Amino acid sequence: MTLWIGIVVGCLGCYAFKLAGLSVPRTLLERPKVQRVAALLPIVLLSALVAVQTFSVGSALVLDARATGLAVAGFAVWRRWPFLVVVALAAFTTALVRMWVPGS
Amino acid sequence: MTSDAGDSDPAWRLTRSQVLRDSLGVAIATGAYGISFGAIALAGGLDFWQTMALSLLMFTGGSQFGLIGVVAGGGAPIAGAATAIMLGARNALYGLRLSELLNVRGGRRLLTAQLVIDESTAMSIGRDSERAARLGFYATGIGVFTLWNLGTAVGVIGASWLSDPRLLGLDAAAPAAFLALLAPRLRGREAWTVALAAALVALVAVPFVPVGVPVLIAALVGVVAGLLPARSADEMDPPAERRPGERDPDDAEPAGGATS
Repeated sequence: MTLWIGIVVGCLGCYAFKLAGLSVPRTLLERPKVQRVAALLPIVLLSALVAVQTFSVGSALVLDARATGLAVAGFAVWRRWPFLVVVALAAFTTALVRMWVPGS
Repeated sequence: MTSDAGDSDPAWRLTRSQVLRDSLGVAIATGAYGISFGAIALAGGLDFWQTMALSLLMFTGGSQFGLIGVVAGGGAPIAGAATAIMLGARNALYGLRLSELLNVRGGRRLLTAQLVIDESTAMSIGRDSERAARLGFYATGIGVFTLWNLGTAVGVIGASWLSDPRLLGLDAAAPAAFLALLAPRLRGREAWTVALAAALVALVAVPFVPVGVPVLIAALVGVVAGLLPARSADEMDPPAERRPGERDPDDAEPAGGATS
């Protein structure tokens, strides 16, 4: 039962944050500083997501097969190959490296 | 989304099919993670409906894994909830970025809010036009919602079946997708500096804070950089750093910051 309470509280809290972001008054968004921050946010969030999802497992920093996948993705992005090619190459490379290097 | 006048515009039809294809790719990859989430949740002591409640109602992967991690490790459910909510705070930042673009009101906003997650935001904010950005958001949001929940159900029922998407390299698919969306925005020295600083700050934070929080801390880098006085375009974009054939970096980031 307490598990259900935790689930319901967690769901409500997460939804509240999602809704709060969309409900910020437009006048706030029209301020230059806010616009600058809002323009920089996707850069820092995407960059941090790339780093964290490539080089960490839980709370540990790791260097494993995903790094090779990301390197190949980086090359594909630089060559301006299509999005799905970038993603598929990264997954394929990572799977291949794992076959060669067990545990990576 | 309903009766847009330019549906017959060939350029838009091409863009639309590209956006939908990209969204489907991300939804399928995320669905595979849903399978592992369902299996892990079951192993962590949740039953079918508790697990499905998380995927349907919480619907933000990091928070869901966070709650499961605390509960499975013997933590109090309310501590699990607190962790999940803290991790979900970044969705508010996504919403701040998206609200201008989506411009939804009333009941539609209540439904749209549930779709504000990493994937839908990432697949929206990298687009060339507002229309493509909106399509990217909804197509990815609805696609991921559907396949994430389907994957969760399959994972709970199949338990250990395909519980390790690492074998298919799918855990590298998401960062690659984020990289592809980040790359077009990395024009000019300031963008590179801020991006690298954010990545570094996030990685340094990884061992010290709960899973998901490093990304939140990295967001502070963007906030701080944005509040500092803007430097002139010359300082930010020395000509030597421009790649041949690229647009002038001065118009790469529109002043309004709506889309790029």
